[in-house]
Amino acid sequence: MFNPFAVARRLREVGLVGINGRNAEFVLRYNPRRFYPRVDDKLLTKELALAAGMPVPDLYAVVREEHEIAELHAKLADRSSFVVKPARGSGGDGILVIDGRRGERYRRANGSFMTRDEFDHHLSNGLSGLFSLGGQPDHLIVEYMVRFDPLFERVSFKGVPDVRIISFLGYPAMAMIRLPTRMSDGKANLHQGAIGVGIDIPTGLTCRGVWGTEPVREHPDTEHSIVGLQIPHWQELLMIAARAYELSGLGYVGVDIVLDRDRGPMILELNARPGLAIQIANGNGLRHRLEQVQALERHGKLSADPAERVAFAQARFATV
Amino acid sequence: MKKSQLYVLAALFIAAGLTAFFYKWKVLKFPVHPVEQSEVWELQARVEYQPRSGPNRVVLQVPIDPPGYSILDERFVARGYGMNTERRREQRSREVQWTIRRASGSQALYYRATVFRDGTPSPERDRPQLASPPELEEPFAGAAAALLETVRAQSVDSATFAARLIQEFNDANPGQEVALLLQDRRGDYDRVRFAIDLLAIRNIAARLVHGVRLDAATGQGGELRPWLQVYDTSAGVWHTIDPRSASIGWPEDLFLWSRHPGAVLEVEGSPRARFDIRVQKSMVDSLEAAVQRLEVRDRNLVAYSLLALPLHTQDVYRILLMVPIGAFIMLILRNLVGVKTFGTFMPVLIAISFKWTSLLAGIVLFVLIVGMGLLVRFYMERLKLLLVPRLTSVLIVVVLLMALVSVLSNKMGLEVGLSIALFPMIIMTMTIERVSVAWDERGGGFAMKMAAGSLVIASLAYLVMSWPPLEHLLFVYPELLLVLLGLTLLLGRYSGYRLTELMRFRALARPQQDG
Repeated sequence: MFNPFAVARRLREVGLVGINGRNAEFVLRYNPRRFYPRVDDKLLTKELALAAGMPVPDLYAVVREEHEIAELHAKLADRSSFVVKPARGSGGDGILVIDGRRGERYRRANGSFMTRDEFDHHLSNGLSGLFSLGGQPDHLIVEYMVRFDPLFERVSFKGVPDVRIISFLGYPAMAMIRLPTRMSDGKANLHQGAIGVGIDIPTGLTCRGVWGTEPVREHPDTEHSIVGLQIPHWQELLMIAARAYELSGLGYVGVDIVLDRDRGPMILELNARPGLAIQIANGNGLRHRLEQVQALERHGKLSADPAERVAFAQARFATV
Repeated sequence: MKKSQLYVLAALFIAAGLTAFFYKWKVLKFPVHPVEQSEVWELQARVEYQPRSGPNRVVLQVPIDPPGYSILDERFVARGYGMNTERRREQRSREVQWTIRRASGSQALYYRATVFRDGTPSPERDRPQLASPPELEEPFAGAAAALLETVRAQSVDSATFAARLIQEFNDANPGQEVALLLQDRRGDYDRVRFAIDLLAIRNIAARLVHGVRLDAATGQGGELRPWLQVYDTSAGVWHTIDPRSASIGWPEDLFLWSRHPGAVLEVEGSPRARFDIRVQKSMVDSLEAAVQRLEVRDRNLVAYSLLALPLHTQDVYRILLMVPIGAFIMLILRNLVGVKTFGTFMPVLIAISFKWTSLLAGIVLFVLIVGMGLLVRFYMERLKLLLVPRLTSVLIVVVLLMALVSVLSNKMGLEVGLSIALFPMIIMTMTIERVSVAWDERGGGFAMKMAAGSLVIASLAYLVMSWPPLEHLLFVYPELLLVLLGLTLLLGRYSGYRLTELMRFRALARPQQDG
């Protein structure tokens, strides 16, 4: 029987952070409104990251006006693979991954082809704000298409897996890796059908996964185990997550990082209100970890050194 | 941060709202429930005209001694005008003259009366003055004589005579004489005046009066219309005849506006004057009693309340005051339950539009139009239109669809289709766009689920918003919105789980087996 009161009590014990709790206690308190453009506009995020010497995918082009769409084809003439995304997009909507072409047609990562007209129409929709947060007119960025680390070949369908780390006041609090599936059409968004797999912060080993609402141990398309994988460059990833605090000015931020085969970890985007499914993927609630950091804050012991913060997180935030 | 400050603020709002509510309820004795039994009606005549550049004079006939009703209260609202009321003894009529030396812009003048229905109408016994018979030329004189002869043969007294005459007038296939006589007399007023003339030829005294039907069933009234009265010499009473049905007798719900035989409204030199009458049976009933008691004590309490507004504006506020209720329901469903909807307040807007169509018809129309609009929208997708032109084309199609539905349902004799005209089309257009975007991005199932969620919440909000006791309560006690504001503030910092989250995360609540 589903008893809401018992479930609510149990979830409080586990330390689950709900949407209202996340918004009221963390997002509203720790994320000053004036810093939102830094994460809402991916172009700005990219510039800030570059200024801070942090790795991001190369920027090929920016489309701001309708007429620039036509010029884009010329600019991209000598590139066979690239990603187009709305600068203020949310939830992975409107992202177009092109990994090849046949004459006048572009091949999408999911294998389907797109005519030039369809491509142009998609871009023009993006410009008029179809995919952006408030329906505001937007600009599009065209950037390097990440070639993912061979480790993930067997646990990913098409698209590129990414690692999401929630960083609280610069302390990496919880992490997961998002694996695209056939159902998610190569996208790494959980609500679109990607798998979320929790990562143990101290070791960088994957522990358990969730697909939709059900726990999984194998990738549904490749049937390879998703448990016990060692995330490469783990220390580097944690450092990026820790430094994202200074970069964004946001206390509670979700950092999305991709692992490129050749170039290693790169910041994909930052998120001012990261989703809560990471808790299901880890089988752990966030609250207890966030409260440990809040305890440091109360005692004035927050560290300004990212390395120290990473060390603290690795000592405390094991996934159980 | 300052959570205590929030609690104090919320408590203040709730306390202020409840205090005002209790004071008005217990001390000033405003009614909590809408009362229906005794009939108190609010009649409002509104005159609108474009003034001339010089001095302007407006003459409006207003009620006096209406049989079966008593006037509890009346008000004349005309800012900046000189006012003078005058009785016309011979016609037992009364008029108000509004005068102004200089006026610019559209002018609106009001006469409002609160009338109480006090039982059976008393027959009117004043003596008539016989009008002089008209001079008719041939062939009209001959036709009139023939018609009157036919009518006489089929009647026994002056009342049946007049009724028979009206029947001839109203006949769907009129005889030759009637067709000839009425060819230039089409309106109710013209025909009644002509009937009076014809009756004068027969030495039957008749007159025209202006009346309004107050429909007890709908609580509203119709327009001002002419009624024919004929004098029965032997009994010494006036009989009233409905010029539309030719039935004899004073209808119970007829309110006699004026006995003045001429036009009810005369505006010097302004043919563009408009005149309408609004009637409402109101809960003002016991409310009116309270209001009248108060007026003696403290005028301002009433003067600064919604009840002092013109009826047009009151109607608007009846709806406006319910909007926060709908929004509050949204708040609960979204923040406590976690229902997903299109847009933040879209369901509330849809709920408001249901007010004009009733629930079931509203849902059907909504699904119909949004469904058809979606088909069009999907086709537009193929045309690769840009966003704004696409929205505009969908909007145009929506308006056309609405017109089509109205025309079709009118043809089929369905009333609801006509009220669709007030269905906000922008809401429909945006809904169509959002459904189709969600469809493209997240799949049809997801889009349908969100659309259904929006519609369910809209229906729920509508049901609550159109609950008459609540509507009454908020209209009479608008300060209750302060209580709602307080509750909203409290909920504003609710950081607990939503009901749907309990479902979503319930796997976490189970004891862990693996590590």
